[in-house]
Amino acid sequence: MHTKKNENIIEFLLFMSAFITVLTTIGIILVLSIEAFKFFKEVSIFEFLTSKEWTPLFTKKNFGILPLLSGTILTSLIAILVALPLGLTIAVYLSEYTSKKFRDYIKPSLEVLAAVPTVVYGFFALTVVTPFLQKLIPGMSGFNSLSAGIVMGIMIIPIISSMSEDALRAVPYSLREASYGLGSTRLQTAFRVTVPAASSGIVVSVILGISRAVGETMIVAIAAGQQPRFTFNPLVPVETLTAYIVQVSLGDVPHNSLEYRTIFAAGITLFVFTFILNNISYYIKTKYREKYE
Amino acid sequence: MNYTTEIMDIYKETSPEENVLIPDDISVKDDRKYKLTARNINAFYGDLHALKDINMNFPQNSVTAFIGPSGCGKSTFLRLFNRMNDYIEGFRLEGEIILDDVDIYNEKIVIEQLRKDVGMVFQKPNPFPKTIFENVAYGLRIQGENNKSFLQDKVENALKQVALWDEVKDDLKKNALSLSGGQQQRVCIARALAVEPKIILMDEPTSALDPISTSRIENLIFELREDYTIIIVTHNLQQAGRISDFTAFFYLGDLIEMGRTHDIFTNPKNKRTENYITGRFG
Repeated sequence: MHTKKNENIIEFLLFMSAFITVLTTIGIILVLSIEAFKFFKEVSIFEFLTSKEWTPLFTKKNFGILPLLSGTILTSLIAILVALPLGLTIAVYLSEYTSKKFRDYIKPSLEVLAAVPTVVYGFFALTVVTPFLQKLIPGMSGFNSLSAGIVMGIMIIPIISSMSEDALRAVPYSLREASYGLGSTRLQTAFRVTVPAASSGIVVSVILGISRAVGETMIVAIAAGQQPRFTFNPLVPVETLTAYIVQVSLGDVPHNSLEYRTIFAAGITLFVFTFILNNISYYIKTKYREKYE
Repeated sequence: MNYTTEIMDIYKETSPEENVLIPDDISVKDDRKYKLTARNINAFYGDLHALKDINMNFPQNSVTAFIGPSGCGKSTFLRLFNRMNDYIEGFRLEGEIILDDVDIYNEKIVIEQLRKDVGMVFQKPNPFPKTIFENVAYGLRIQGENNKSFLQDKVENALKQVALWDEVKDDLKKNALSLSGGQQQRVCIARALAVEPKIILMDEPTSALDPISTSRIENLIFELREDYTIIIVTHNLQQAGRISDFTAFFYLGDLIEMGRTHDIFTNPKNKRTENYITGRFG
């Protein structure tokens, strides 16, 4: 029948669009794995995971991922230290204190932060935040993880505030009433009842925020410097996994060389990192979902 | 409203200068001093006139039941006594509510303090997603009480009052949400009792429960009457008949009739009350 045939075509198109997405993911993993595999044929995994030097582009080559990992962790940690208190405060304020009218107005303007191109953030970190911090902290390097981390934190505030607010608002009003009814103030209710009850959603928002920070490239490439260095000092230049990939991709490293393959090794490390984070958040989300339904 | 005058005719002990209704022949030993009094109450949600010229007295250690069809204003009235309507946008109140000689809508009143004196139990059991112990201890904790043995005593006492202690004494660390509905509601009552209120408001406390749990809660209310003044909203007329000393019938924001429960059920003065309690409408 005519309609039955149309139905089949549409179903096929729908299937294809889902299939292509999955295929792309598989393709990316495959390319990453193959190139990384070639890399690990020449460099031992032990050296890769334990050496504290990352100098693949120098004459004396060292292939320790730790400096890039520490750069990534350090900048992401600073970002989350900025974004979590601010984002959570905003979320509590929006969900527990404001009227609906005000919230409808303020929430979209907050989400504008998420629409700013990251290259603008990077520039902002380098030309505004770093000079400002240098006045407060003499001797701070022009490229450093502190200002990159802070600006990255500002960038992920909307992720945390928006998702946490959703989680807070999903807490039934009856719990707040129970708390008010026992003589709690709004603040006590927010931090003793609502936030704990929404904790799984808040944790998920934080993990996705970290995941976003770990994968962020432009800000750290511009403002954190590009010197792989195994350190947790926030005042000196560092390089993250992502920034290193940019550096090599833009350079003149010949294809199919060992130097070229280092970006796949860095890439797969990054991928494993964010993959684990996303899975943790997915696990938390499904495990605690049914609590109030 | 004309209903008010009608009721004023019915009750002999109406004090005309105050226009306050007094249930007749109050068998309590408190020198006829009312615990709680509502005077000339008018309440509005935006343009909706939800409560119209209501006057009512509540003797100490009595149970008063509010009955009436949905939307008649009985829950709104109940929630006035712990100022639970304050957070509702567009809500407005005229009149006075006097608790122990103090108008609780007086601007000097600290709402949080008031709510320690006027506890509330809600329609659906709403324990916090915390342990049983922390649920019952919550009200004391927010007052800054952290002494472990003191809290343990209070929690044990409150759970004994609601006859839940024997069932949960070994599971105090269990999440309260893992209990049955009836047990959850008793935790919620224990939670309200732990802060030692003077008045307990109950908003259809058994409407989400099975008959056995309901009867346990009803027995409990009967016992609590010894120590507390209780106001209960209920859709269940038999329940009002079983547990209350006084019954007030609301209809569309008016207080149609109030009196001793026995009189309301056997000899209602108003046709609407009669129709409602005989099941002809509502």
